[in-house]
Amino acid sequence: MSSLMVEMSAKALELGVPLSAQIDLTYRCNERCVHCYLDHDDHGEMTTGELKKLLDELASAGVLFLTLSGGEILLRKDFFEILEYARALTFCVKLKTNAILIREAEAERIRLLNVDSIQVSIYSHRPEVHDAITKVPGSLKRSLDAIRFLKARGLKVIVADVLMRQNAEDYPQVRALAEELGAEFTLDPTITPKMDGDRSVLGLNAGEIALQNVFRDQALVGNVEEFCAPPSKAGADDFEALPCSAGHTACYISPYGDVYPCVQFPLPSGNVRRTPFLEIWRHSEALKEVRSIRLGDLTTCSHCVHLAGCTRCPGLAFMEGDMRGPSVQDCEKSFARTGVASVNLLSKKSSNPTLVQIQGLGTCATAA
Amino acid sequence: MSCKLYVARSRSVAARKLGDETLIMSGRDSTLFTLDEVATILWEAADGWKPLEEIVEEKICREFEVERGEALRDALALVEGLAEHGVLLLSNEPLGEPKLQGQVER
Repeated sequence: MSSLMVEMSAKALELGVPLSAQIDLTYRCNERCVHCYLDHDDHGEMTTGELKKLLDELASAGVLFLTLSGGEILLRKDFFEILEYARALTFCVKLKTNAILIREAEAERIRLLNVDSIQVSIYSHRPEVHDAITKVPGSLKRSLDAIRFLKARGLKVIVADVLMRQNAEDYPQVRALAEELGAEFTLDPTITPKMDGDRSVLGLNAGEIALQNVFRDQALVGNVEEFCAPPSKAGADDFEALPCSAGHTACYISPYGDVYPCVQFPLPSGNVRRTPFLEIWRHSEALKEVRSIRLGDLTTCSHCVHLAGCTRCPGLAFMEGDMRGPSVQDCEKSFARTGVASVNLLSKKSSNPTLVQIQGLGTCATAA
Repeated sequence: MSCKLYVARSRSVAARKLGDETLIMSGRDSTLFTLDEVATILWEAADGWKPLEEIVEEKICREFEVERGEALRDALALVEGLAEHGVLLLSNEPLGEPKLQGQVER
C-alpha cells in the first residue's frame, strides 16, 4: 500500500468513513466451483432502483473503492446500467468475475467506463483441472479469451487463483500464464466456509506441505527468509492495534441488502432495505462491537507468539464461533510459514490426546 | 493570463471528498492524489463553464486572505499539474461537464 493510501486510510478511520465497500450483485452463477461458499439461488435480489439508491448512499457516506462481485456479476441483466451509475458517482470500481460472459463488446463497454481493474478467477493452466473445479466444460478457454479482450484494451486484469487440493501444483504455471497475458497474479491459500456455516468445503484445503511451499516461493512472497522468520515478540502498540479494516473502513453488502463488516465476516449488521446505509454504518450495535475489539482483547491470540505477525481473519474466527477467538486456518498458515505452533494449535494438541494405551491390569492408562 | 482558461473535472477519474480533502485516483494510471482544502474548492468548481480567473476570485480570494495574482498563479500551476495526469481538462473554450465515456443518453 502506498504511503498516501496508508495516510488516507488512517484519516478515514479517524473520521469513521467507509472508504471501501463490496457489493455482491447476485449469488447466481454460471459456474459451480467446488470450493464456493455461496448458494446459487436468487432469494430476492435488490432491484436496479434499490442498487442505485444504495450507490447514492455509499457515495454520500464517503466510499471511494467499490468492488462489484457475486456470484457472476454479468448474470445481472442490468449490470452495465449499475456499473455506469457507479462510475457516474465517481467510484473507483473493481470487478470480480469469471469473465465467461465477457466478449469483445462487453470488454469495450468496460473500457469506456474506466473501470479500475477486473479480477478473473483462474484455477489452473490445464483445462481438465480448471473446468473440473468450475464444473463448466470450456470455461478456462472462455475466461482466457476474455482476459485477452480486456488486455487488448489496456485494462488492468488480475488473475485470481485459489489454492486447493485439486490445483496445488499448478499455481506457478497459472502465474506464468498471467504474466504472458500481461495480467497481475494473486493466490489465495484460504478456502472459506459456506455462508450458512457448512465447513465441509474446508476439506479441499491444500494441506500443510502445499502451504509451506507457497510461503517459501520467492516469486510470491519476496524475501523468503524475512517472510518465514520466527515470530517476533508483540510490542505495546500491537495490543492496541485493530484486527483488520472490516467494519472500520470497509464493509460488505449482500444481493439482498444485508450489511456485514466484510464478505468473509457474516455478522448481520443491518439491511439497507429497511435502514439507510449511513445509519447502519454509524449506529449498528454489531459494527460497534467489531470496532471495540483490539488485538489485546483477543481471548487466545493475545498471548500467542504470533500476535504481531499473524494474518488472523476476524471473520473466519467468527465463523468458528467467536469473533474474539482464533481462526484455525490462520493458525495453520502461521505454522506453515514459521514452523512455530500457535497457542491455539498447542492447546488443541494437548487437549486431544491421540492414543490412550491400556497396558493391562495393574498398570496406568497413559496418553501418548 | 492572456485568454480565459476553462477547467473541467475528467470523468475518467475516481474521486471522493474525505474530510476537507479530496482523494482522486487517475483513470489513466491509477495514481492516487489528494487535494487540500483550497485545491478541493477549485476541483469542485471546475464545471467547464466558469473560467479559472472567476473561480479564483469568487471561491478563493473572497474566502481566504490571498492576493489575486498570487492565487491565480498557484491555481494555474495546480490545474496544469492535474491536467498532465488527465485529472482535469483545460481549454480556452467552455468545456461543459463532459459525459462519462460510454454513458447512455437519457
